[in-house]
Amino acid sequence: MAADGTASPAPIETDALIVGGGPAGLFAVFELGLVDIKAHVVDILDKPGGQCAELYPEKPIYDIPGLPIVTGQGLTDALLAQIKPFGATFHWGQRVDVLQRMGDGRFRIVTDAGTEFHAKVVVIAAGGGSFTPKRPPLNGIESYEGKSVFYSVRRMDDFRGKDVLVVGGGDSALDWTLNLQPVARSLTLLHRRDEFRGAPHSVEQMRALVAEGRVSLLIGQMTALDGDGSELAAVAVKTKDGESRIAVNRLLPFFGLTMKLGPVADWGLNLHENLIKVDTERFETSEPGIFAIGDINWYAGKLKLILSGFHEAALMSQAAYKIVHPGKKLLFQYTTSSSSLQKKLGVS
Amino acid sequence: MAKITFIQPDGTEQTVDGDPGLTVMETAKMNLIEGIEAECGGACACATCHVYVDDAWKEKTGAPSQMEEDMLDFAYDVRPTSRLSCQIRVTPELDGLVVRIPEKQF
Repeated sequence: MAADGTASPAPIETDALIVGGGPAGLFAVFELGLVDIKAHVVDILDKPGGQCAELYPEKPIYDIPGLPIVTGQGLTDALLAQIKPFGATFHWGQRVDVLQRMGDGRFRIVTDAGTEFHAKVVVIAAGGGSFTPKRPPLNGIESYEGKSVFYSVRRMDDFRGKDVLVVGGGDSALDWTLNLQPVARSLTLLHRRDEFRGAPHSVEQMRALVAEGRVSLLIGQMTALDGDGSELAAVAVKTKDGESRIAVNRLLPFFGLTMKLGPVADWGLNLHENLIKVDTERFETSEPGIFAIGDINWYAGKLKLILSGFHEAALMSQAAYKIVHPGKKLLFQYTTSSSSLQKKLGVS
Repeated sequence: MAKITFIQPDGTEQTVDGDPGLTVMETAKMNLIEGIEAECGGACACATCHVYVDDAWKEKTGAPSQMEEDMLDFAYDVRPTSRLSCQIRVTPELDGLVVRIPEKQF
């Protein structure tokens, strides 16, 4: 039962639960699919592609086998097309928090949104860790988080009648400036320079609001927070004219995302310098049935290359098969010559 | 070889040899200089290799590119001499370069 007394939805039953939807997690859908293992994929980002899509969507990658040059987003799109025949279900915008073994040997997985899965195997393809908003290194900021300092807006109404400070120069800062200005009592936008990275149309709309006196634009950087540790009273800012204090009770800093190991550290798996130790025959962790592939794993000789994650996914799938389809013999086949594989791929 | 000096927030100085062709970030990593994270490995995608170039060297190192300026938006306590050290290539002209490490990498 959920905290508010309503019935929780039934747990999702699946063969495999893949933690992470970057290139390794996406290709794992393919390799698992070839051996008749169906998968659900969970990622904290609101889109597929992991680091490729989030950090370097437009940047060229030169070391993907068979693709002399491909962008981060291009590789993501190609992988999505490649895995489409297997019909995996994706759960974006959620972080896997709980991973525990159940009495019947399967795994119970719960995300921060309360989604629950029961899976026969778990494939951790968490890359560099969960993407979380970057926290400005201002003294005491943690105690204000969730009360006066927010890194995203769940409900605009929470900002109604408040004196809001939005910090940043990209689309997030601009979008929330435009969206919250009508509900806030006052809205100030702070950025370190008078040049914005966001969409030109958003910049235009922001400048219009500034010209009308409905948004204050300050060029500078935050230096300190002032308040009682929970309710913010003001933010100290330094501009080219010196130090000043802006009286605000809501702060929205948009400084991008960073990767944190997060809940992975709490699952009782053997780690080597914050990476999950695996064997190189099965890429299985210290817990039978839990595998780790891609940047998140470690073994002697490990290289953090995308192609490594692909190779690890292939071997992992052979091992996962024995758990998901116990007693059945796996016939090793090639996609070029196997009519049954081609049928699964929808190409025969 | 070009000599590069890294100055920590507490004033400690370390002078190392920089290979021309490598970046100041790579030089720091190879010499185990503390305070430069370079989370993205030099792809200009994270802003954790942030340094302050000494005033005397500002002109020789040059100004950040547009891509670097965009990434500097994600650094903490950005100053007029701020650069991302993964974008400064070591050359013989930079022999004697002095950079300061910030208090924190954001």
